[in-house]
Amino acid sequence: MITYCKEILVGFWSLLAGMAVTIRYFVKPIVTVQYPREKLVMTPSYRGYPQLVIDPETHTHKCIACEMCSRTCPSQLIALAGVKFPGAKQKVATKYVHEHYYCSLCGLCVEVCPTDALEYSQEYRLAGFRREDGVIDHLLLLQKRQQAVGLPATPIPTDAEIAAALAAEAAAKEAREKEAAAKAKAPKPAEEPEKAKPKEAPPEEVKE
Amino acid sequence: MEQLTQFPATELARLIVGLIGVIALVSVNALFLIWMERKVAAHMQLRPGPMEVGPHGAIQTVADAVKLLGKELITPAEVDRPIYLLAPIVVFLPVLLCFLVVPFSQSWIIRDMNVGIVLILAFSTLTVLAILMGGWASNNKYAVFGAFRSVAQNIAYEIPLLLTVMSVILMVGSFKLTDIVAAQSRVWYIWVQPLAFILYIICATAETNRTPFDLPEAESELVAGFHTEYSGMRFALFFLAEYTNMFIVSAVAAVLFLGGWRGPILPGIFWFLIKVYALIFLIMWFRWTFPRVRFDQLITFAWKILIPLAFVNLLITALVLKL
Repeated sequence: MITYCKEILVGFWSLLAGMAVTIRYFVKPIVTVQYPREKLVMTPSYRGYPQLVIDPETHTHKCIACEMCSRTCPSQLIALAGVKFPGAKQKVATKYVHEHYYCSLCGLCVEVCPTDALEYSQEYRLAGFRREDGVIDHLLLLQKRQQAVGLPATPIPTDAEIAAALAAEAAAKEAREKEAAAKAKAPKPAEEPEKAKPKEAPPEEVKE
Repeated sequence: MEQLTQFPATELARLIVGLIGVIALVSVNALFLIWMERKVAAHMQLRPGPMEVGPHGAIQTVADAVKLLGKELITPAEVDRPIYLLAPIVVFLPVLLCFLVVPFSQSWIIRDMNVGIVLILAFSTLTVLAILMGGWASNNKYAVFGAFRSVAQNIAYEIPLLLTVMSVILMVGSFKLTDIVAAQSRVWYIWVQPLAFILYIICATAETNRTPFDLPEAESELVAGFHTEYSGMRFALFFLAEYTNMFIVSAVAAVLFLGGWRGPILPGIFWFLIKVYALIFLIMWFRWTFPRVRFDQLITFAWKILIPLAFVNLLITALVLKL
């Protein structure tokens, strides 16, 4: 009789203890992430695809289109082009396309970059509906990221602008060659070329 | 039902309007309870539950119900056809009848019968018959196992249920539900009869085939138990009956032990619904806490613990009342 009563009381107590556990979980905050609506915060060590760094001072990217990344890429996935605008000291990227679907995320491009223009992205949701969704246009991506944080978007040079810059560069080169030829002929200083181009800049080709 | 309280209408008009109100209540209640069950389940497992259709998934069950309406009604070849077709109707009708005497508030009651509680208990027992019909007629071993379990379980749990209700009836001296509520004007019977309340809730959980007593439809053992072979709206009727049964047993518990519609400030109907849904939450809470019992444990629990305790409670009540 005593064991019978004890069994009932102990059993009842265990039921209450179980219910206390579930009600405690009932009021706890939920832990699941609602996949398309919510995003996880990745750790800083997460190595996603490489993306252009937004320079905290100039609020734009630091790429000088030196092509080190595209040359070092073991799978040759990076296609980039740059042009030097009249008056600028350095080239600036006009196209930076990364075929991410073949990328092995080795990170050599990030390491080799002389201006530290690349960083690892925190993006982990890379699924797409087409193969082309795996191609990342980094200049477009940069504009989106700049807009997301409220910075002015870096304009992507149009074809006309690139052509004008190329023409200006070609004219400067011609002028320099003329000047060099004149120098070779006569040791006296030549006339100033029409286009204002710094003479110390080495002749550069535009890569497409 | 509002009109009924204001104008002295004939009994027929009262019944018709009451029936329409009850059918509306049953549908809305089932839709709400399924959503609530999913939300309670989800939050106890640290999930958000349905979130996509409507704010916080509120009309998810409406979408599910529409889908269910569009489903084909499959009748397997070897079933006992008349009984198979009758079972979903038989499971649903007594559930509607029980609302005849449920007092939502002082005046919101279709017919205040003097056999109120007996009527509810009698008709809620018919559910077992429907489950047996459905399980037997399906000509499926899982369905018939589920039906047999349901019969054994319901017979076992009906006895302590009636005994606990008896101990309250002894105190009131009336089967009328409004009288039972009126008798609790000073103190709710949950404080006078705490053991009876606990026993009633346990038996009610078993009566409505809810976890941990959901052996008739044990998913992990019997596919879906007695309604394995049912599809579309026929399945929906079984489902609707289960959730409406939950409402009814909770309503009876609210009337017997929690003072029915009594409560401060708010109108009676709100207090009644608050109490009913709090009890339903309790039953859902059981479901997500306790694992399903084994069949021998189930029967042992009923005959060796619940029935003796209910008898002792009844005897003590009778003795105290006599002294």
